[in-house]
Amino acid sequence: MAKDDELSIDSLLPLPPATFHILLALAGEDRHGYGIIQDVAARTGGELRLSPGTLYRSIQRMQEQGLIVETRERPAPEEDDERRRYYRITPFGHAVARAEARRLAQLVKMARAKGFAPGRA
Amino acid sequence: MMRLYRALLHLYPSSFRAAYGEEMIAIFAERRRAAKGVAAIIRLWLGAVFEILGNAAVAHWEILKQDLPYAMRALRRTPGFALAAVLVVALGVGANTAVFSLADFVLLRPLPYSHPDRLVKIWERVPGYNRLELSPADYRDWKRMSKSFEAMGASRGLSANMIAGHDPLRVEGAYLTAELWPMLGVQPVMGRFFTAEEDRYGAPATVLLSYGLWQSQFGGDRGVIGQKIRLDDKPSVIIGVMPPDFHYPNREAELWAPMQFQEDEFQDRNDNYLHVLARLKPGITLQQARADLAVVTGQLKQQYPRENGKTEANVYFLRDDFSRGWRMAMLALMGAAGCVLLIACANLMNLLLARSLVRQRELAVRTAVGAGWKRLLRQMLTESMVLAAIGGVLGVLLAITVLPLFARLVPDSLPISATPSIDLRVLAFSLALTTLTGMGFGLLPALRACRNVDLGGLREGSRAGGGKKERLRSTLVVVEMTASVVLLISAGLLIRALWRIQATDPGFRTEGVLTLRTALPMPKYEKTTKRNEFYRHVLSEVRRLPGVNNAVYISFLPMAMGGGIWPVSVDGDVKERSDLHTASARFVTPGFFATMAIPLVAGRDVSDSDTIDQPFAAVVSASFVERYWPGQDPLGKHFKFVFHDRVVVGVVNDIRVRGFEESSEPQVYMAYKQMPDNETVWYAPKDLVVESTAGPAALLPAIRRAVRDADPDQPVSNIETMAEITASQTASRSLMVKVLGAFAVVAFLLAGIGIHGLLSFAVSQRTQEIGVRIALGAQPSDIMRMVLGRSAVLAIAGITAGLVLSFAAGHAMESLLAGVKPADPVTFIAAICLCLLMALLGSLAPTIKAVKVDPISAIRID
Repeated sequence: MAKDDELSIDSLLPLPPATFHILLALAGEDRHGYGIIQDVAARTGGELRLSPGTLYRSIQRMQEQGLIVETRERPAPEEDDERRRYYRITPFGHAVARAEARRLAQLVKMARAKGFAPGRA
Repeated sequence: MMRLYRALLHLYPSSFRAAYGEEMIAIFAERRRAAKGVAAIIRLWLGAVFEILGNAAVAHWEILKQDLPYAMRALRRTPGFALAAVLVVALGVGANTAVFSLADFVLLRPLPYSHPDRLVKIWERVPGYNRLELSPADYRDWKRMSKSFEAMGASRGLSANMIAGHDPLRVEGAYLTAELWPMLGVQPVMGRFFTAEEDRYGAPATVLLSYGLWQSQFGGDRGVIGQKIRLDDKPSVIIGVMPPDFHYPNREAELWAPMQFQEDEFQDRNDNYLHVLARLKPGITLQQARADLAVVTGQLKQQYPRENGKTEANVYFLRDDFSRGWRMAMLALMGAAGCVLLIACANLMNLLLARSLVRQRELAVRTAVGAGWKRLLRQMLTESMVLAAIGGVLGVLLAITVLPLFARLVPDSLPISATPSIDLRVLAFSLALTTLTGMGFGLLPALRACRNVDLGGLREGSRAGGGKKERLRSTLVVVEMTASVVLLISAGLLIRALWRIQATDPGFRTEGVLTLRTALPMPKYEKTTKRNEFYRHVLSEVRRLPGVNNAVYISFLPMAMGGGIWPVSVDGDVKERSDLHTASARFVTPGFFATMAIPLVAGRDVSDSDTIDQPFAAVVSASFVERYWPGQDPLGKHFKFVFHDRVVVGVVNDIRVRGFEESSEPQVYMAYKQMPDNETVWYAPKDLVVESTAGPAALLPAIRRAVRDADPDQPVSNIETMAEITASQTASRSLMVKVLGAFAVVAFLLAGIGIHGLLSFAVSQRTQEIGVRIALGAQPSDIMRMVLGRSAVLAIAGITAGLVLSFAAGHAMESLLAGVKPADPVTFIAAICLCLLMALLGSLAPTIKAVKVDPISAIRID
């Protein structure tokens, strides 16, 4: 029951970190739950290890918010495990992730202006 | 292992588990495979457990956040229902919380002393007396000879005139032996305890104050330690102040002084005045301690056959040192409160059942758009939980409000405060009760509603309420009836018992009698002539006051004091107290019997000419004559009593010295002038009895002035009317009757509402049928019979079951009934009539509605 027509992008910001990471994990390809956990862990160098409970609570909420959908397309049979469900980012999810990235960038810019410069980029 | 994980997942909401459970298990399985080594596996499991606990709570909370506004909306649509439900829950939870905190306080909660589970009270047991204080000699021997106790200490009452600055004050407290302080393990808020050295005879007098006395008389001055006060003219040094919640040995105690036994106190083995507390050695049971003391008393029997021939020991846990009646009363109250809650639940369940029928269509719609029945169930339970939670909070507030009124129901033999308090245990109990209540009345209707949802509910005009539901609802009404019958009869039996006790003739005048105490301090007043001077002055002044008919002095007022018992010997036949040849001893000034309206049946009153050089005169009660000289003229007979030979000069009727519910010893009244100096000074007349037509308020200032004139250092205490003294005898009982009565009324009303609700609903559901019947020629009387018949069946079923249970309940609490039979016909018939009346009243409106059904419009509805 996606309700994206009811929700504006702004009302979802700032995104909880777990939600943002899940969107990032799904940006390139559809993944199943465990795939998301592994991708997040790999991308953060093991810093963020999503627990199954946190993951699926986030997934449940993100589905309700229309950020992601469960996909019916399965990967190649040899990789497939039929118990697994795959998730895909929606266009609304893309938009929200972009908005969040913009918000974060804005924040970093402000921090830098105040002298909290993270390195000399 | 995976099964455990699967089980843990049940902590999640079922919808969440259904959607993601399998995947979470798969993920856990993969991690489990990846984990190498015991440490990693333990870490994985610990992480999983905490993760599930946290996330499951959040997941539940998220659903609750969705359901709550929905539930609130649903309830707001029917505010009448919501309000009624909340009030009913508040009454049920409130009644149970209040009664539970009382019962917990009295029966369960550990006493506020160190290792309270090993503290025991030790009593003597002789024929006729189950809990008799110990004599110092027995105390010393039992302490020395027993092996089961780590420590043993004694206390006795202390009552003294205290002068600490301005006005003299009568204070109550206790003399304690030094062993008691470490046994109780309570620290003073200021100062210190007295030591074993200070507890020796001849040591300087020391005293500890209660927090209340420190506040009221010393203004909470921290410099009070080391100050001197005068107790009965003896200077004592204040060495400590106890905390506010310290109440040993009873809650009246305001100060504590060392016992300081004198050697001659150990002479008379039958002078019993010590309350003995002991701590069992670790691992020793009550039975072992009893057996141990039985050996000790056995040896003492051989050693002192005359004094100790029939003396046994009685040991109770300090926690349990109150009469069976209290325990029974607590159980009765808990049972009654339970009944109220049961009725409340049944009532709410009925309301919800009716409501769920009305909501069939709403539920059907929600099912149609894809909500599973479990989800609906959860939603409906949320609604009843919201009702229960609001009601529960109100109930706890209600309990906190009424709890101070329960003070009279805390036995005064327990060394705890008078007011039960609400603690975390009680709150936990209320929380559990509220949850249970919410589940109790919500689950069944919700299950019914959700399981039965079919899309048929969407059909227009479909008639709700199948036969099965009606049966359940009828059963609930019968349960309500049954419980309210039990409550009505129990309350009725107790009311009858109270009336019976209150109707007991105390044997003396209770109206228009003001009493107060001027306890004269010793040794200042150990000379009898000096005391007589005081009495003469006060009595002549008081008798002159307008409205006063008479004024007299007596050792102790009846009922206010039951003790003061001495052995009687007639014809040189020396009897010991243990042979039940005892009588209560009182010294009186002339005119006591006339003042108290105690009929003199033979001979004369004591008089002012009964002086110390005359034969010692005694006025005895009729039962005394009956016991020693049945059928003979008692006047002129001699007997030995309180150390001296006495001659009977008069006979009066018996009075109830020990109160309404206990049997009293025969009474012996002696002349106040015939007390040798410094002998039995405890019996020196101290209670002033004033019979007057003027009210206490008008008399008191003048009486105080008369006392001050006689002795400016003499305080006045215990100002009470005789009516108050007799009323306090039944205060606990009448409070209990009030509480039970209130429960019964609530139950009764709820049951009436239950019948009304059920019949109204049934009639509205059957409007068509009734219309058809009327159209076919049924008379109003037929319709009436139909509705009332239904109500009669319910009422009779409920009453029958109720009568059986009431009989059992009555038997269980027979000890509280003061001789009223558990099957008391008056009570039973009254309860049956009340219930039938209630059933009739409950059916009235629905019956009228049924009779007034207009057949044309009823049939046309569809």
